[in-house]
Amino acid sequence: MVRSRWRWKWLFLRRLTQVGILGLFLLGPMAGIWIVKGNLSSNLVLDLLPLTDPFLLLQTTVSGHLPETTALLGTAIVVTFYLLVGGRAFCGWVCPVNIVTDAAAWLREMLGLRPRARPSRTTRYWLLGTLLIMTALTGITVWEWVNPVSMLHRGLIFGFGFAWVVLLAVFLFDLLVAQRGWCSHLCPMGATYSLLGAGSIIRVRADDRARCDDCMECFRVCPEPQVIQPALKGTGDGPGPVITGMNCTNCGRCIDVCDQIVFHFGTRFHNKMEASS
Amino acid sequence: MTACGAALFGGGVTLYATNASAMPAQALRPPGVLDEETFLGACVRCGLCVRDCPYDTLDLARVGEPVAVGTPYFIARQVACEMCEDIPCVKACPTGALDPELTDIDDARMGLAVLIDQETCLNFLGLRCDVCYQICPLIGEAITLELDHNDRTGVHARFLHTVNSETCTGCGKCEAACVLDVAAIKVLPITLAKGQLGRHYRLGWEEQEKAGKPLLENIIDLPDRMPAGGGLQ
Repeated sequence: MVRSRWRWKWLFLRRLTQVGILGLFLLGPMAGIWIVKGNLSSNLVLDLLPLTDPFLLLQTTVSGHLPETTALLGTAIVVTFYLLVGGRAFCGWVCPVNIVTDAAAWLREMLGLRPRARPSRTTRYWLLGTLLIMTALTGITVWEWVNPVSMLHRGLIFGFGFAWVVLLAVFLFDLLVAQRGWCSHLCPMGATYSLLGAGSIIRVRADDRARCDDCMECFRVCPEPQVIQPALKGTGDGPGPVITGMNCTNCGRCIDVCDQIVFHFGTRFHNKMEASS
Repeated sequence: MTACGAALFGGGVTLYATNASAMPAQALRPPGVLDEETFLGACVRCGLCVRDCPYDTLDLARVGEPVAVGTPYFIARQVACEMCEDIPCVKACPTGALDPELTDIDDARMGLAVLIDQETCLNFLGLRCDVCYQICPLIGEAITLELDHNDRTGVHARFLHTVNSETCTGCGKCEAACVLDVAAIKVLPITLAKGQLGRHYRLGWEEQEKAGKPLLENIIDLPDRMPAGGGLQ
């Protein structure tokens, strides 16, 4: 049942989205066409629609400052959107650091490097908790002094300074220290989005999991392979075919690489196996 | 172990952030800014104030600059605040880190101008430069000219710039316009520029005016001794 087909569809669409969104932000300062003003932390689309990052709003609120309506409304819109498309879809489809860490992952594979550090995937939640406590104690948004995500995006739009040092550190960390170290283990921003994603609607499904021939390609390309296991390998009354793990970034790379066409995008509903015919 | 690692890392970041949050004295915040510590919690560093500033006065601090990374500031000597009446930067702020309560730009307090070097200020040297006085958006209010005898020539007056902290908004136009190679008048953060009386201090003459009578009855008014053979008065 192996079909030859283009194996890059979702990766291509994802890169197009990442670059496209960055492009929209850059159109203003570079060409004077102001479709979006600001940066990913908070921005204004077409001088009308405010969008604010939930992690930034969370930090600000915890610091002891209740933000104005614009930021609250902006966050509500963003949260609603990601509840629909998957919390960590932000990581896979929007965040500019994803391009950096994907590049590190690609290079690591090319060079055959086997980084040995294996930080726990729960580190990000501990870090998120620590940072929120520190923010509350100091009254300042401490993470924003080092946050590579806002640093990269702001740097590209407003001027880089030495932000490249931080990004180089993230790149080298992923390349030499820990496989998928930053995005899949440490980033507290991704952790925040993953919590949003715990109940999000759009999901990758493995409805045709019976066809799986254990080639392991999906596990190899997946930045969060632990989320695949239950959906792909569940049987009978076990886990259903929907990838419900909150850290799935909805990147769709598993759909791309699977020769058996096991995966497809769907919703989180109807998570029971139909009686196979 | 994971928790310990995360706590250590988070603690390190906090240490760095608190250390790197000091503002250099030359950097000024946009109008309506909350007090610095609250601001550093409230600002999401989106740059919308920067974008809506029609004069490109504001900039977001880059990594490596001595201002908290990503926060908006301006250097008065380079570009001063033009004090727009509609205050677009404050309107643009989504979080209220620039306080929307500020509706009259004359109420802004971005800093306080201080004539910091009387040795090089041309007016103090007895000339009539007056540029900072003339360019002040609140001309005759924020900077006034106080007359003083010119001891060098013996016959002229000196017109000394005096900044009034009740009216100066700290826009920085005076510092930007100062004709010297290095400005003699500079806008400083208010905390640096202002002194403060002891909290228990009461100015006798003000209290007397408020009370409408001397605060202590029956004080014997002794004659004042005047200088240089002026005798008694």
